[in-house]
Amino acid sequence: MTTDIIIHDKKDNVGVVVIEKTSSKQDCNCWVMEDDSSANIQSIDEIPLGHKIAMVDLKEGDTIIKYGHDIGKVVKSIKKGEHVHVHNVKTKKW
Amino acid sequence: MEIPKSFLGYKRENGRAGTRNHVIILPVDDISNACAESVANNIKGTIALPHSYGRLQFGADLELHFRTMIGTGSNPNVAAVIVIGIEPKWTKRIVDGIAKTGKPVEGFHIERTGDIGTVMKASKKAQEFVMWASEKQREECPISDLWISVKCGESDTTSGLASNPTVGNLMDKLEPLGVHLCFGETSELTGAEKVCATRGASKEASDKFMKTWSSYNDFILKEATDDLSESQPTAGNIAGGLTTIEEKAFGNFQKIGSCKFVDVLEPAEEPKKGKGLYFMDTSSAAAECVTLQAAAGFNIHLFPTGQGNIVGNPIEPVVKLTANPLTVKGMGEHIDCDVSKILSREMNLSEAGDRLIETTLRVANGRLTCAEALGHKEFVMTKLYRSA
Repeated sequence: MTTDIIIHDKKDNVGVVVIEKTSSKQDCNCWVMEDDSSANIQSIDEIPLGHKIAMVDLKEGDTIIKYGHDIGKVVKSIKKGEHVHVHNVKTKKW
Repeated sequence: MEIPKSFLGYKRENGRAGTRNHVIILPVDDISNACAESVANNIKGTIALPHSYGRLQFGADLELHFRTMIGTGSNPNVAAVIVIGIEPKWTKRIVDGIAKTGKPVEGFHIERTGDIGTVMKASKKAQEFVMWASEKQREECPISDLWISVKCGESDTTSGLASNPTVGNLMDKLEPLGVHLCFGETSELTGAEKVCATRGASKEASDKFMKTWSSYNDFILKEATDDLSESQPTAGNIAGGLTTIEEKAFGNFQKIGSCKFVDVLEPAEEPKKGKGLYFMDTSSAAAECVTLQAAAGFNIHLFPTGQGNIVGNPIEPVVKLTANPLTVKGMGEHIDCDVSKILSREMNLSEAGDRLIETTLRVANGRLTCAEALGHKEFVMTKLYRSA
């Protein structure tokens, strides 16, 4: 079974695509590095290698958690399975 | 894997060991570049290190200039040095600094002689040095003679997932063997700074780190005209999926594994507290950072990349690794160590760390890095502020 998405930490609400690209409505296999557990998610968007997918529904003002830590804030609501990037997330620094 | 206890290096007069045996022609200032390059062109096997600064600098910026110049000449990867400056005083200061290592060094100044006369005199000495250095042989050196610096570049999310943790795995395995290690990139720890501070080996080291980070962050906030989009993260980082500086910072931070840092160094400052991991206050721009680490005496560099940074250094070999399969496919000539199978889970982190240790030792023993074979020798001085 291929791993399509890797999640660093159990607390993370995003995962990283590790195949060349997910397609719309693709059922993806996720692997959580921290505890070697598995999860599944349906990708809504086409998401390229290295880009992030939302593991849960996120609303404006929510915090993105990756590596188990705060990496920025949601500036436009995101549905579970959507692409997470500069169009809907911004830094809390600078 | 059983880690080899030694490598083949060049033993230097001051007890350090080099992974390379360069004879360098070091200009003190921008206007001496032409002379230095002429000497390097005349005498085969020498390299000139042209750069953009060295005139009318003052205060801490001038001190950093001297520290970088003297440190570069003193690096154990350098067998002998020709220093060329416009006037005798600053030239002599650099010559005297390098001479403390006991290696052959000679200075020349251009005023009252001109370029042509200086090139002739310096070329004769450079020929003598390079022929002397060419007889040096590699000898068995303990692995603790390796001083390994790290810095990542053109990072993407594969860096934080795999190539940076591979470097961290190497650090965890080599630190107990007594090597010196160094990471930097002050601004690129923004967002992870409090977590990084907890990795100080003492309260003093942790406090020094927070003070250093805060000072750099204040400078960025003072100079910033927008949200730094396309600077941090860079356009390349964003294309690779990195969204914020915080995300980049936590990825960056994976490079130190579970090590603790014993001290915080000024830019280009030589570590003085013995073996172990050091943090150096550096810019996050690749060539600037590697130049400062080489000037602090580090003799081999590990450079994880995501989207494919191609940087090299004239005296410190830069070993590239990546976990991004598209980077391996598209620009494999820049990649010394491919760990992309981590992403497909055909390789685990410990196997990747072992592979990187093997590559590092082969390069330490003399194998050219991709950057060396391709002619990358970016030598970039860090300048703290405007000249007087």
